[in-house]
Amino acid sequence: MNITKYAAPVVFYPLAGKLIPWFAWATGITLTIGLIMGLFIAPTDYQQGESYRIMFIHVPSAWMSMLVYVVMATAGAVALAWKTRLSEMLATACAPIGASFTLIALITGAIWGKPMWGAYWVWDARLTSELVLLFLYLGFMALQASIDDPRRAARAAAILALVGVINIPIIHFSVEWWNTLHQPASVSKISAPSIHPSMLWPLLINAVGFHLFFATTVLMRMRTEVLIRERHKSWIADIVGVKP
Amino acid sequence: MDKAEQKTGLFSVATALFVRDIRLAARRSTDVFNPLVFFVIVVSLFPLGVGPEPNQLQLMAPGVIWVAALLATMISLDRLFSHDFETGSLEQIVLAPQPLTLIIFAKIAAHWTLTGLPLVILMPLVAMQMNMTTDMIYISFLTLIIGTPILSLIGAIGAALTIGLRGGGVLVSLLVLPLYTPVLIFGAGAISASAQGFSPDAHLSLLGAFLALSLTFAPLAAAAAVRVSLD
Repeated sequence: MNITKYAAPVVFYPLAGKLIPWFAWATGITLTIGLIMGLFIAPTDYQQGESYRIMFIHVPSAWMSMLVYVVMATAGAVALAWKTRLSEMLATACAPIGASFTLIALITGAIWGKPMWGAYWVWDARLTSELVLLFLYLGFMALQASIDDPRRAARAAAILALVGVINIPIIHFSVEWWNTLHQPASVSKISAPSIHPSMLWPLLINAVGFHLFFATTVLMRMRTEVLIRERHKSWIADIVGVKP
Repeated sequence: MDKAEQKTGLFSVATALFVRDIRLAARRSTDVFNPLVFFVIVVSLFPLGVGPEPNQLQLMAPGVIWVAALLATMISLDRLFSHDFETGSLEQIVLAPQPLTLIIFAKIAAHWTLTGLPLVILMPLVAMQMNMTTDMIYISFLTLIIGTPILSLIGAIGAALTIGLRGGGVLVSLLVLPLYTPVLIFGAGAISASAQGFSPDAHLSLLGAFLALSLTFAPLAAAAAVRVSLD
C-alpha cells in the first residue's frame, strides 16, 4: 500500500469526510467521561479546594498549545522539503487551533491564578512562555494573512514556524531563569510532587479528548482549505454539484 | 563557467557586498541616523514618564536601554532588503552563482555595522541619563556588543519574510519581537545581576551561546526566506 497517495487532495478530501464523524464522536464521549470524572467524581483538593478542578481544562490546553506548534512546524518542514500541498494545508489549519488552545490555557490560568495567587496575572515562568507562544502563533497567522498567493504564504509561514520551534525551548528556558532570578518561589502551583490517581485519570482522559478534538477540527479546517485552494478544479465542482 | 565568474571567490563577493551596502548607506545617511535618534528619544522619554528619581531610574535602566535597542533595531530592519527589492538588485543577488547564505550574511554584517555598532557606541550617553554607574555601563557595553548582532541576525529572517508586503513594518515587529525575548532577558539580566553584586558571567555566556546559534542558523533561514519571497 502506498501511503503517499493520501497526500493528494482529491483522495484526502473524501477520506477526511469519512473520518471526521468518528473523531467527533470519540471526542464527545471522551470529554464527557473526563469532565464528569474531573468535575464531580475526583476528590476535593485539601489545599486548593474546588478551584483546582479548572486544571482539567487548563493543563490539557497547555499541553495541546505546545504539541500543535510542533505539529505545525513539522508539517511546515515537510512542506518546504517536498513541496507537498497537503502538509501546507495542515500547517495552515493548525495555527488558529493552536492559538485558541494557547488562549484557553492563558485565560483558565488567569482564572485559576486569582484564588491561588491573589492576582489574575502573575509573571510566572510558564504563563509568560505561554504568552510568548501566543505571540508566535499570532505572528504566524499575520504573516500568512498578508501574502496573497497561498503557496508562497504557506512556505514563508513554514520558515517562521521552524525558526519559532528552535526558539521556543530557548524562550521557555530564559523566561524560567529570568523568573527565578527576579522572584523568589513564594507561590508554587502544586506543592506535591506527584498527583493522586483519582485526579490523574480524569486529566489523562481529558488530554486524550483534547487530542481527538484537535484531530477533528484540523481535518475540518483542512477540508475547507482544500475547497478554497482547489476551487477551480473539476473534481471540486463534481462534489459541490456545480458545473464549472 | 567563464573567467569573470572564476575570479569572484566567496570571500571577495561577501566583502564587495558588505562594502557596497556601507557605501549605499553612507550616501543616504538619514536612514542610518534615524534609528539612532529614535533610540535616544525612546530612552529619554522614560524619565519623563516615570519621574526623575535617580535610584528608580538606575533600577529600570537595563531594561529600558535594552527595550529601546530592540525597537531601534526593529525599525531599521526595513532598510535591509526593501531598497534592493525595489531597485531589482535583490533578484540579481539571488541569481548570483555564490551561495545566497553567504551573501545574506554579508548584508546582515553590514546592517549590524550601521545599526548595532552605533547603538553600542551611543549607549554610554543614554546610560548616563539613566544614572548608570561606570561598572554598569561597562557590562551594558559587553551585553550590547554580544547581543546586537543577534538582533540583526534574527531580524534579517523577519525582514526577508516580509519583503514587498503591504504593512511590512508592523508585520516585522509581530514576527520578530517574540523571538527577541531571550536576548532581552539575558542582556538586561546581565546588567541587573552585576548591579546587585552578582557575577554577570552566566548571562553573558548564554548570550554568547545564543549568538553562536543564530550565527549558524539565521543566515540560512533568511536566505530561504528571501527565495520564498522572490518567487
